[in-house]
Amino acid sequence: MATRTAERGLTYDVERVRRDFPILSRTAHGHPLIYLDNAATSQKPRVVIDAIRDYYEHYNSNVHRGVHALSEEATRAFETARGKARAFVNAERAEEMVFVRGTTEAINLVASTFGRMRVHAGDEVVISAMEHHSNIVPWQMLCDEKSARLRVIPMTDRGELELDAYAKLLGPRTKIVALAYVANSIGTVNPLREMIAMAHAHGAPVVVDAAQAAPHLAIDVRALDADFLAFSSHKMYGPTGIGALYGKYAHLEAMPPYQGGGDMILSVTFEKTTYNTVPHKFEAGTPNVADVIGFGVAIDYVTGLGLGAIAAYEHELLEYGTEALSAIPGLRLIGVAREKASILSFLVDGIHPHDLGTILDREGIAVRTGHHCAQPVMDRFGVPATARASLGLYNTRGEIDALAAGIRRAVEVFR
Amino acid sequence: MSAELRQLYQEVLIDHAKRPRNFREQGAGAVTVEGYNPLCGDRIRLYVSRDDGQLRDLSFTGSGCAISTASASMMTEALKGKTAAEAEALAERFHRLVTAAVDAAVDEEGLGKLAIFAGVREFPVRVKCATLAWHSLRSALHGDAAVVSTE
Repeated sequence: MATRTAERGLTYDVERVRRDFPILSRTAHGHPLIYLDNAATSQKPRVVIDAIRDYYEHYNSNVHRGVHALSEEATRAFETARGKARAFVNAERAEEMVFVRGTTEAINLVASTFGRMRVHAGDEVVISAMEHHSNIVPWQMLCDEKSARLRVIPMTDRGELELDAYAKLLGPRTKIVALAYVANSIGTVNPLREMIAMAHAHGAPVVVDAAQAAPHLAIDVRALDADFLAFSSHKMYGPTGIGALYGKYAHLEAMPPYQGGGDMILSVTFEKTTYNTVPHKFEAGTPNVADVIGFGVAIDYVTGLGLGAIAAYEHELLEYGTEALSAIPGLRLIGVAREKASILSFLVDGIHPHDLGTILDREGIAVRTGHHCAQPVMDRFGVPATARASLGLYNTRGEIDALAAGIRRAVEVFR
Repeated sequence: MSAELRQLYQEVLIDHAKRPRNFREQGAGAVTVEGYNPLCGDRIRLYVSRDDGQLRDLSFTGSGCAISTASASMMTEALKGKTAAEAEALAERFHRLVTAAVDAAVDEEGLGKLAIFAGVREFPVRVKCATLAWHSLRSALHGDAAVVSTE
């Protein structure tokens, strides 16, 4: 199916895209795989898989150390990937990009360095009601340690943050604001530009969890004026175990190191260690070279298709899915924000999500069921769990139809 | 629907899931244990009243999937009037039933209707749903921690 995207006049050929992903040709329980768990992790295109193998087969070596040819090639590829990460979020300098294991580590890094510097007894950290546990717990730990207070921006029944309440939460005590760009459990796209400006008006820097945003929309840290922004490779068609943290250069310069070890130092004596420059100061130990290189290729892949074209295609698919699911009697969508990306979180009367997930699985349809690492969101909507279909750039209308048909059949079983 | 699914979601199971038996609280005399499956959020509270070494009354409350709800419902029915030792033995047999190899012969001896849970063997990720109530039972009998987790 080819879809004409409005803004660019480009043709998005999803069948061609699908051929880039070897895994999509497999079956699950005897049915063609319908992978709708992209918010948990996305599948990998062949170019990413090949790049990782190519590194191990041809230039596996440690970086930033060796004088030999292999190390030089590996270092060049590694730092080239950093440049790609920079361009991906439109950061000013490559040094503003720190490689980490993923979004979770990135947020922990900021909380335990920048956070410890800034937050003291009586201060406040503001997060939102739709955060993933990884953007709650590090701040909770920091607040416990510092006797500071965690404040939470509430959300409406649609699943939109209440900006009036947010404005009231902000004040002289606010030392950090941490927000999801796109909510992993319900798909809300938050109005970050406005929310960051509001925080800055109170002198509070903003940490953005962009794990769910990175595969679905074009990120511009300078337009957002984000202080930090974290994202994971594996959610945007790259390998697991690697991600990036963007930080404004001045912040990164002022921050103490996160972990001590090799690569993060300039010189070490038993009396004193001089730390390396940004970003190496935050990259102690031999990095995950292969996956950094794979991550870079994943960035090339999505930017090659164009985030604008991907977003337009996925938006159409999301609207189609919203309509198809809403037509099922007894199905309730959780999270119906006006601005959404990728996520269809839902409940069906009389069927627990876990049972629904099992029944769909036997038809080759992979969805996530449970609390999606966002228990406060489940509590907010008064549900123990939901089923979640999360769309990626290779999903099709046909797959949505199969999902809807599968749900209808499950309803029959439990009637 | 596949044969395995039909084997799992039999009418008896769905009936107990939709209309769980002994789904109620008990007063202060009962031992209560919370069972929690953090993976899917299933949560039950099991109440056990004992009398002269017998399990006089068992009941439960909470929310969970069809498998964990039906398992709890059928367990409370099966164990009423049993001694603690008999209940332990049945728990052990139930555990063996749901964790046995798929192609192993099912020993239904003494399991009665609970034998339908053999269908869970085809679905390894659902074993914890089936055993949640039984984990809670063991804890209630031993007087262990008030909250039992399947993890």
